[in-house]
Amino acid sequence: MMNFNFNISELIFVMPELFLLAAISSILLFDLYIKEQFKKFTYHLSQLALLITGLLAFNLIGESATIFSGTFVLDTLGSTFKVFIAGFSIIALVYSRHYLSVHGLLRNEYYILALMSILGMLVMVSGHSLLTLYLGLEIMSLSLYALIATARDRAFAIEAALKYFVLGAIASGLLLYGMSMIYGITGNLDIAQIASFASLVTLEPQETLILNFGLVFLVIGVAFKLGAVPFHMWVPDVYQGSPTSVTMFLSTVPKIAAVALLVRLLIDGLSDFQHYWADLFMILAVLSIAVGSLVALTQVNIKRMLAYSTISHIGFVLLGFVTGVLEGYGSAIFYVFVYILMSLAAFGSIIVLNRSGFEADQISDFRGLSKHSPWFALIMLAVMLSMAGVPPFIGFYSKLFILQQVVSEGYVILAVIAVIFAVISAYYYLQIIKTMYFDDADKEIVISAPLDLKAVLSINGALILIIGLIPSYWMNLSVSLF
Amino acid sequence: MIALSDYLILSSIVFCIGLAGIFINRTNIIMILMCVELILAAVNTNFIAFSYYGSDLSGQIFVFFILTVAAAEVAIGLAILTLMYRNRGSIDIDVTNTLKG
Repeated sequence: MMNFNFNISELIFVMPELFLLAAISSILLFDLYIKEQFKKFTYHLSQLALLITGLLAFNLIGESATIFSGTFVLDTLGSTFKVFIAGFSIIALVYSRHYLSVHGLLRNEYYILALMSILGMLVMVSGHSLLTLYLGLEIMSLSLYALIATARDRAFAIEAALKYFVLGAIASGLLLYGMSMIYGITGNLDIAQIASFASLVTLEPQETLILNFGLVFLVIGVAFKLGAVPFHMWVPDVYQGSPTSVTMFLSTVPKIAAVALLVRLLIDGLSDFQHYWADLFMILAVLSIAVGSLVALTQVNIKRMLAYSTISHIGFVLLGFVTGVLEGYGSAIFYVFVYILMSLAAFGSIIVLNRSGFEADQISDFRGLSKHSPWFALIMLAVMLSMAGVPPFIGFYSKLFILQQVVSEGYVILAVIAVIFAVISAYYYLQIIKTMYFDDADKEIVISAPLDLKAVLSINGALILIIGLIPSYWMNLSVSLF
Repeated sequence: MIALSDYLILSSIVFCIGLAGIFINRTNIIMILMCVELILAAVNTNFIAFSYYGSDLSGQIFVFFILTVAAAEVAIGLAILTLMYRNRGSIDIDVTNTLKG
């Protein structure tokens, strides 16, 4: 039974979410009443709000509490995720502004919707009951659907929004059906209660069966949100159709939230059923790595290519969860953060090529970039080598840690398959490098990006190399989250 | 007396109709929205049945939230649909499905 008691002092633990919600409401009002010439400050206010949210979350690292009658949990994992969500979103918004302004898409609702979806992610990260997890997921998803549709005169963007909407709705439906089964058998929405029910040794075969039935739906729902094969059909279309700034946002920050959903439901909640869901994840992981690596070979649209590359990266993340040990989970979390850092830099490099009246989204748009702008070509080179898994870049270490754990848990075949497909996928990453360095430009390249975008992109590119110098420190940090 | 299993069978049938409707339907996007509603209705039936037979109120509270979210979801879905019609002049699935590769 639910027991409602509320203590005002608990509010201190939800400060990041409360602050962000208050900030969103104020920014919305500010934007409504302010004069036209001050409208540009909405962007700065949004960045400030994100920064403060991140600092508040950082301040709470180390605290742990379960509040609001067990529906909301604060732990180191959650607080760290929140800090990274806020930090990566700040980078994403810096990149977005240039793209939006050169293509005439700059409306201040964009920032409000982005902040709203970030609020949903924060709630999801801390959700400790099926209800809070679902609500966080929907706040995030509904804002993202609208975010894609802000490019309301682009037929492709609207089609992408519609596809994302329909597949997202199916995913939440499946997830909810699984939740209802779990609720039915355990009689509880609280993750801790579900975990203690699932760990009972006196569990009857029928009860195990029903829990498993619900578990399959939960796994499908999570796989939809992560974009793992065979639930990946929306990923390429949505990535290609959405405005590049939204594609960048979609492919990065929500993945942290989806991993958090996975951790809360399957590791916090149903870790006693690990051997059941690990089998499912094994299939999802192998298929994702294979399909992601093979189909990307034939793409000419770079956003679509990066979509398939995302799918194969998600396969590696799932491999980390297959292992069932804390080091494996830690390496999966590390991989997600590394992937997001690389993905942000990759999309940032695409956005930097955009200028008024020119939409860069083909691989051929990178032709001759090294002659015109060696610096940005170098950044893209680092990103592509890192994604392919070449040392000393960070992408190498993230793959290495996953494979180490997979091998040490005895799944040698899985590791061999993953490495073979990683080698195959190196082909299309190297193809972009070849396009930048050895092909001649067939059209003029003009880089009109503002200074802040160039600076942040340079830092982002440098981080891919610098973090690669001390990978074990970050790896230990990721493992210590559990 | 209606047993719990009757409700569960009903909801699983409605759930399957909803899912099948989404995947078989090849004509109109409005139909997809209706099928999504069917899926959510099945889930709601499940929650209420479990809540009633398990004497636990939290399932019914969950249903309130699902209903609210479903309303918001349909509002956004129809808004996107309107934009689709404005851009392409049709809401047929065959006409609107152009992103491929």
